[in-house]
Amino acid sequence: MSGLITRRGLIGGLGVGSGLLLSGCDRLTKTPGFISLLEKAESGNFAIQRSLIERGALAREFRPEQRSPVFKANGTRMPVGESYARHIAENFANWRLKIDGLVARPQAFSLPQIMAAPQRTQITRHDCVEGWSAIGKWTGVPLKLLLDASGLRDTAKYLVFHCADLYGGAGGRPYYESIDMIDALHPQTIMAWALNDQKVPVGNGAPLRLRVERQLGYKHAKYVERIEAVASLDGIYGGKGGYWEDGHGYQWYAGI
Amino acid sequence: MAGQMIFRHRMSTRVWHWINATVMVVMFMSGLMVFNAHPRLYWGHFGSSHDPAWLELPRFPGWATIPTDYSLALGRLWHFGFAWIFAFGFLAYLMWSLFNGHWRKDVALSRTEVAPSNLWHDIKKHARLDFHSDDTRYNPLQKITYSLVLFGLIPLLIMTGLTMSPGMNAAMPWLVDLFGGRQSARSLHFIAAFGMLAFFFVHIALVMLAGPINEVRSMITGYFRLPDPKA
Repeated sequence: MSGLITRRGLIGGLGVGSGLLLSGCDRLTKTPGFISLLEKAESGNFAIQRSLIERGALAREFRPEQRSPVFKANGTRMPVGESYARHIAENFANWRLKIDGLVARPQAFSLPQIMAAPQRTQITRHDCVEGWSAIGKWTGVPLKLLLDASGLRDTAKYLVFHCADLYGGAGGRPYYESIDMIDALHPQTIMAWALNDQKVPVGNGAPLRLRVERQLGYKHAKYVERIEAVASLDGIYGGKGGYWEDGHGYQWYAGI
Repeated sequence: MAGQMIFRHRMSTRVWHWINATVMVVMFMSGLMVFNAHPRLYWGHFGSSHDPAWLELPRFPGWATIPTDYSLALGRLWHFGFAWIFAFGFLAYLMWSLFNGHWRKDVALSRTEVAPSNLWHDIKKHARLDFHSDDTRYNPLQKITYSLVLFGLIPLLIMTGLTMSPGMNAAMPWLVDLFGGRQSARSLHFIAAFGMLAFFFVHIALVMLAGPINEVRSMITGYFRLPDPKA
């Protein structure tokens, strides 16, 4: 019996088999019904994580000596345009963080106002969707304090973070991200202005970036100049809640 | 002429075997796509392109990944979708095998089986490519391998996979301590995946050598033909 199985036949068979498998998988990937099935599984992952993870469960915090020697900058490292260049030249003296949308008292905080508020410092691990991690020390104001000052309305279900960068440079699309209220009110969710005891470098999102520690790096919006409270993500840019979600198929929930 | 037909694999083993065979291939190939986004591995809690890697590879080619063309988002979608079938299929099979005695009767090793002289005898038998057992049961090396896969590689893959999730880290901080950091978990996940690949190739090779039609039939219908006693 096994005499019928030649080495050439075996290798050829494996080759044909894997080729069929691959073309089958690629065809499935192009089938909308299959992709939406996989996306249902991904919603299942979101639901199960939300039910397993306590609302206030903290991301691991590290000791100072556990930090990465160099904290990697990724994505936009230098926003293009005159406006951001002027802010750098002015040392961000005229930068404002606007909070609007479904709030009773829209705000426009200056950096000194933000730094004068109670602060939180945390040494946390930043996990990129690509697979790498970097540990850094972040200082900033808890987002909850800014929301309290703005009088967030009960109808607000999401916060949309509008950023000053066009992703991919001139001709790129505006970067934005969004989170729900569970993450917005989490004690480790801060608007950070310092990384490793220095002002946040431009590559890491100067002057203000979001830290949302239980999710992957692309949720941590950099160069944030406006936070909009909304009831739904429909109609905001592509409607999927973020730059990568709209254009590149990344999941809105990035806890995995 | 041919030997007697015996019933060798029960339904739960056969169903799980084929589901898992498919799922493992999808998990491995979509996992290579996820790995391709940053093909460097580190030990410890952190690691990025600024840090020394213990392993740095070129990207795996399209024929080895799902999907073929580079897409981290789609690779993740496949990987995390099939992870459900992988993890819960394994859990169901394991519980059922412990419950119905499959593990105790067919896979667990007895003291005489692990005696050095017996193991040495079995190693020599394998080295002669002699797989024609007149015994209906698994041989000791086979049992050791299946035990390592069932209680070593597969649980390691599932747990290191969960450890890479920042959400799960907040829910179960002990997981990340168990493996010494997220990047260590990522490295172990990669090593265990290639351990499964090695198992896959050795498994296929041994099926070929031991008589592929009889072996594959036994995993489909459950019935295995014993060698001719007169041969």
